[in-house]
Amino acid sequence: MQSDALNISINDITKKYGDFFALKDVSLEIKSGEFLTLLGPSGSGKTTLLMVLAGFTRPDYGSVKFGEEEVVLKPPHLRDIGMVFQNYALFPHMNVEQNIGYPQKLRGKSKSEIKESVAEALSIVKLDGLGHRGVSELSGGQKQRVALARAIVFKPQILLMDEPLSALDKKLREEMQIELRQLHDSLTMTTVYVTHDQKEALTMSDRIAVINDGELKQLGSPNEIYSNPSNAFIADFIGESSLLPTKTIDNKAYLGQSEILVNKTITKDGEFLLVIRPEKLFIADGKEKDTNIFTGTITESIFQGESQLVVIKLDPNNFGDQLLRMRLPNGTSVELNAPKVGEEISVGLRMTDSFLVE
Amino acid sequence: MSFVEENLNESLLKKLDRKENYTLFGLTLPYLLLIFFLIIIPVGWLFYMSFIGRDGSLSMENYMRMWKSKAYMRIFITTFKISFLTTLICALLGYPLTYFMSQLSNRWANICLIGVLIPFWTSLLVRTYAWLVLLQRKGLINNLGLDLGIISEPIKFVHNTSGTLIGMAHIMLPFLILPLYANMKAIDKDCLKAAANLGATPTRAFWTVFFPLSIPGLLAGLLIVFVICLGFYVTPAVLGGGKVIMAAMKISANIELYFSWGAASALGVVLLVVTMIILYIASKLVSIDQVGASK
Amino acid sequence: MNVWNRNVSETQIKFKDRLWLYIVALFVLFLLIVPSLVVIPMSFSASQYLEFPPKELSLRWYEAYFFSSADTGLGFNDWMGATWTSVKVAVLTIFVATPVGTMAAYGLINSSSRVRGILFPVMISPMMVPIILVAIGLFYFFVQFKMVNSILGLVLGHSLVAMPLVLIIVLSALRNYDMNQEKVARSLGASRLRAFFEITLPQIRFSIISACLISFLTSFDEVIIALFVSGGDNSTITRAMFLALRDQIDPTIAAISTVLIIISTGLLLLSQMFGQKKD
Repeated sequence: MQSDALNISINDITKKYGDFFALKDVSLEIKSGEFLTLLGPSGSGKTTLLMVLAGFTRPDYGSVKFGEEEVVLKPPHLRDIGMVFQNYALFPHMNVEQNIGYPQKLRGKSKSEIKESVAEALSIVKLDGLGHRGVSELSGGQKQRVALARAIVFKPQILLMDEPLSALDKKLREEMQIELRQLHDSLTMTTVYVTHDQKEALTMSDRIAVINDGELKQLGSPNEIYSNPSNAFIADFIGESSLLPTKTIDNKAYLGQSEILVNKTITKDGEFLLVIRPEKLFIADGKEKDTNIFTGTITESIFQGESQLVVIKLDPNNFGDQLLRMRLPNGTSVELNAPKVGEEISVGLRMTDSFLVE
Repeated sequence: MSFVEENLNESLLKKLDRKENYTLFGLTLPYLLLIFFLIIIPVGWLFYMSFIGRDGSLSMENYMRMWKSKAYMRIFITTFKISFLTTLICALLGYPLTYFMSQLSNRWANICLIGVLIPFWTSLLVRTYAWLVLLQRKGLINNLGLDLGIISEPIKFVHNTSGTLIGMAHIMLPFLILPLYANMKAIDKDCLKAAANLGATPTRAFWTVFFPLSIPGLLAGLLIVFVICLGFYVTPAVLGGGKVIMAAMKISANIELYFSWGAASALGVVLLVVTMIILYIASKLVSIDQVGASK
Repeated sequence: MNVWNRNVSETQIKFKDRLWLYIVALFVLFLLIVPSLVVIPMSFSASQYLEFPPKELSLRWYEAYFFSSADTGLGFNDWMGATWTSVKVAVLTIFVATPVGTMAAYGLINSSSRVRGILFPVMISPMMVPIILVAIGLFYFFVQFKMVNSILGLVLGHSLVAMPLVLIIVLSALRNYDMNQEKVARSLGASRLRAFFEITLPQIRFSIISACLISFLTSFDEVIIALFVSGGDNSTITRAMFLALRDQIDPTIAAISTVLIIISTGLLLLSQMFGQKKD
């Protein structure tokens, strides 16, 4: 099944509810064929934006184009895009086949065409032979696939997904994340995916649009967003990190009394946050170059399966009253060298891994 | 016995368990006793009496008489006709209103719901009386019609079938609206959004998704209305003016006027059996709790 | 934006597309509420004949009602006596139907679903059996025990009709209630009875109050059982009204109807308020 993907142009979309801005001047270019995730916490506006794309929410201002066509005023039943809802919204009074065949029926396809396309869709979502089942007989994962099949059976050029995996258990979720991405790759559509799970976003997307308080905060590839979050919110939201208050004076950065080497030249004075990813820390011997060394006492050392979480209370004289979180991979020698609570420890962070955000 | 020893004593645990079950059953006992003595026994008695002939011996003569009598046939036909027509009117008037209510915001929907509940809670007699007054020769409706020149002489709305239908439909409407409303509210709104997204116009989405999903509630309401109409007494007695004779009225007449318990019971049993069959069908379609939940 | 083109649903249906629906729906709503209200202005009419709108206003029918006793002139005389009987019976019905129904609901909810499945249909049977049969059945039963025309008979009959409603209301409340709270109380040392009264009951009190109001109203408004089971000195107001309606049209009924409308609407709004408070 091949279709030509469309690009989506979102310009200055604003939606107010009374005094509350659900969306504020959001502008975004989604490239043809890309998998873009709208990532943000609850209430950030990401679902509202998706609903604007679907046509269920009319913005107060702004433009939405699918390709060259302005669609912001188009009613939802004329937009010809696929959509998967959070709770699947399968029609309870129809069986699987009838659900999937419904959009084809609406488009006036012949019975044989419908049968063929339904079988094809079932095959793509790996539910061959389940056509005659009733909706209530399906498991959560199966319902999700039926919803997907229904959304792609008419070969839309754009696919919208509203947190489709949130109701599934962890293992199934992770499997489906990969499957959905593979599906997107094989069908050549533009997919807009909404989630609050940053790991999911990092796994599946070509690019991530981080949304909070109704605004687009950052747009970039997963790597860009992870390595270079543009502000404290994103640094905190994506990945695990410790955020330590750092002052800059005269082009130098200080955590407490200690100078901190950072990856970019410091251009202004002020209060910032030092972003430290727990997996970037390592146990130091003090001889490393271009590395920040932190000393302190271990307050917690927790075995978490594939990694050890170590919480360090930094030496207050040098760094102020701060806690640092470090993750050590549990490789082959698990318990031998596990840091113990109460021990003094020195950890290092390379200059290239140290950066400040506001 | 210490607590630990008690725990290890299996038979004692079983005894405690049984005691608890008895207590729970005991709580339902007063209710069940009342049902037993005030419904099961009396209705059973009636059942028995329907098989007692005029001379006091067991016979089927009551049923035979009903089967052969033209008067009884007319009563059955009238009863079914009125019940059916009332149900139809309620469906045609009630469905749009209920659909409207289901699409409103919660605040407005509750206000409308109160509007439906007010007549529901108003005494049956008061409502019947109100229609009697409205529909009579010198009543409001005829007067309005005459004043506005729509009619040249009063239309006979009351003491006939029309009046009975109007009154009964008015009284039965809430019985249709409430289960239907409960059903409609439970329909997943996302299904309609999905239908729209998949390409259905609002009208098409209504007929292919919403309406089918509202059928259980509609059927439940229709069956409840029909069943209550079958056994209805007050309104047809008052608004029918003696010309509309329904089963319940005949049963009452048989007792009050003729003291023929046999005939009354037989008719009653027929009514009961028909009611039970229809209710059984209804119970397969929707849970009765939906009606109670909306009160 | 133009009112006609305003969107009234998420699927972007316009106001003007739905206009016909609004008109029909509001018309039906109007038909539901207004007819009962007609009796109110009529009750203030001075004339002996029911007329609308009333040409002359007077309170004579209210006087006829409130000051009636066994020896005033028109038609059925003792309206107030009958009202008083109805009130007595209705109040007593509350005290029978509500406890019995509540206990049964509690017993049911803590039983296995199999037991529930068997008992529940039996318990709502008064709603399923045509009321005329219940009435004549009770009549026959009471004749055997010389209980016809007795308050006791009426209370029993009305409780029978009200109990299923109480059961449904309390069952629904208990279903939405977390029974684990009782288990917690018992683990802390409360006996089962105490746990019910101190923990569960206060939390379902609004539903219990609703059940009481419904019991009252069901009994107060009940016609058919009263027709057969009450009479003479213990006639209920509904029986009196029905007989008067069937035989002749006494305008006092308009006054009584107005009073009844006020009472039932008041009770309804009261129960709605309690229902809202629960949220």
